[in-house]
Amino acid sequence: MTSATAIPGRSAPALSVSLVDVERSFAGATSKDPPRRVLRDVSLEITPGEIVALIGASGSGKSTLLRQVGGLDVPDRGSVRIDGSALTGIDQRSAIAFQEPRLLPWRSIEANVDLGLPKGTPRGERRDRVAELLELVQLTDAASLRPRQVSGGMAQRASLARALARGPGVLLLDEPFGALDALTRLTMQDLLLDIHAAEPATILFVTHDVEEALYLADRVVLLGVESGYASNSGAVIRSVITVPGTRPRDRGDSSLAHLRAELLEGLGVSTHHPVHTF
Amino acid sequence: MAENAQKHDLAADSTTESAASLVQYVSGYGYSAAGTALSQRRRGAIHSKRWVIALGFVVPVLLLGGWQFISATGLVPAYRLPSPTSVWLAGIDLAARGQLGPYVGISVQRVLIGFVAGAGIGLVIGSLVGLSRVASAFLVPTIGAFRAVPSLAWVPLLILYLGINEDSKVTLIAIGALFPVYTTVAGALRHVDPHLVELGRAYGLGRLQLLRQVQLPAVVPSIVSGLRLALAQSWLFLVAAELIAASMGLGFLLSDSANNGRLDRTFLAIVLLAVLGKTTDALIGLLEMHLLKRWT
Repeated sequence: MTSATAIPGRSAPALSVSLVDVERSFAGATSKDPPRRVLRDVSLEITPGEIVALIGASGSGKSTLLRQVGGLDVPDRGSVRIDGSALTGIDQRSAIAFQEPRLLPWRSIEANVDLGLPKGTPRGERRDRVAELLELVQLTDAASLRPRQVSGGMAQRASLARALARGPGVLLLDEPFGALDALTRLTMQDLLLDIHAAEPATILFVTHDVEEALYLADRVVLLGVESGYASNSGAVIRSVITVPGTRPRDRGDSSLAHLRAELLEGLGVSTHHPVHTF
Repeated sequence: MAENAQKHDLAADSTTESAASLVQYVSGYGYSAAGTALSQRRRGAIHSKRWVIALGFVVPVLLLGGWQFISATGLVPAYRLPSPTSVWLAGIDLAARGQLGPYVGISVQRVLIGFVAGAGIGLVIGSLVGLSRVASAFLVPTIGAFRAVPSLAWVPLLILYLGINEDSKVTLIAIGALFPVYTTVAGALRHVDPHLVELGRAYGLGRLQLLRQVQLPAVVPSIVSGLRLALAQSWLFLVAAELIAASMGLGFLLSDSANNGRLDRTFLAIVLLAVLGKTTDALIGLLEMHLLKRWT
């Protein structure tokens, strides 16, 4: 494991995130359909520097919740605060990396990372910072390549570097490794932990993968519809699990087996593991 | 695991061509075969390009041969089909009278001015309609109605208001060039990948920045294909303008010579229009290739 190079003086301090009674509905498919509620009564306090995983079945509002924190979408009810101040639209204190790399195809990897830097950064400083970030995500050799010339894993790393460029207090990741093959994915998880050590932002990430959540996160938040409710009544936080131990965790840690089974049962997967579901 | 990746990087460094070796290193680990396939395809394209150009000349040469054969054997009388030689001589003759150069020059000038003006206006209106829903709601029905008017219908009005001069001809050509650019640009801007637009917003780009850094680059290929259509349209409208009211130009040569029974000159005008049209189209094709390489 290479220790990531710390970047002195550039990253903003990690910030707290606070969600209070967040609710979000979307209009139905046609004007006659009733609105579809995706989230309701979501309250969560995230302390600065914490890594929190959002997990849930497809359509359980994970991405929607992440978008509320990033200011890309606005809740119908409730409030989102970063470092104690309420969000007004897109917030430059947070940065988001999407499920797809979303690199601009006509720009080099380098220039794509540059897009993430705050406006008004002097040119020399931009260049240095981009070079540092590319080194951090091990893309120095690919700096001048176009996105179509690199692999999916490399593109996803570039997207991560772009999100880190402004030194965000809150880093939001929407299934950042979901589209990668299993091995690349493991490498990327370790890279993320290296980055967190180098630039300790608060990280909120969405995943489908129970293993990934348990390996990376301090806490795992399970979203889902409460039993006995209709599916369009909106997902709530079903449970919040604090993962024991410190990182880097042992991937084969047997003491996590119970948590794994618990989370999988929570996702509606039968594990055939002797465990009491909640 | 990070150690592994580091080792690969070193391996990539140690070879001479770092870009090429990177592609190999990537495909060597099964990430992306596209890297190598791409370079091979490019090499293949250079090889076959000469063939494509050479093959493109086969049919014109055959046509010319057939034409020469038909007129030489007297299959079709000369007053209905002048021979290639007589067309060539008609060109020499017109050039000697000092008419050919000015005719070609004035036609090219009209096309270029009309094309640039029309395409420019089309670009502005297309951007407005493609980017703003309000502008779209305001303008689209009216523009659609104007576009539905057959181009020649404007001629009497243009002559009445602008007179029989350069202005009326250039304006007609501009009208012809405007609509293809407007349609392609407005359509393309409306369909820019919403993911990329959202990305731009998430990274704090304002409206103008978003246009400059994301939306315009994304529609460069569509703009160029719109320009290409517009240029073809410009030549079309040039002939329309010159057939009706002109004392110079290829369109004038076309109608004047047909009226005087100088079929050799009519053929000359047609051949010149074909060559000029194809040449300007090829130039814009080169621009397109260059831009596509840069912007996709």
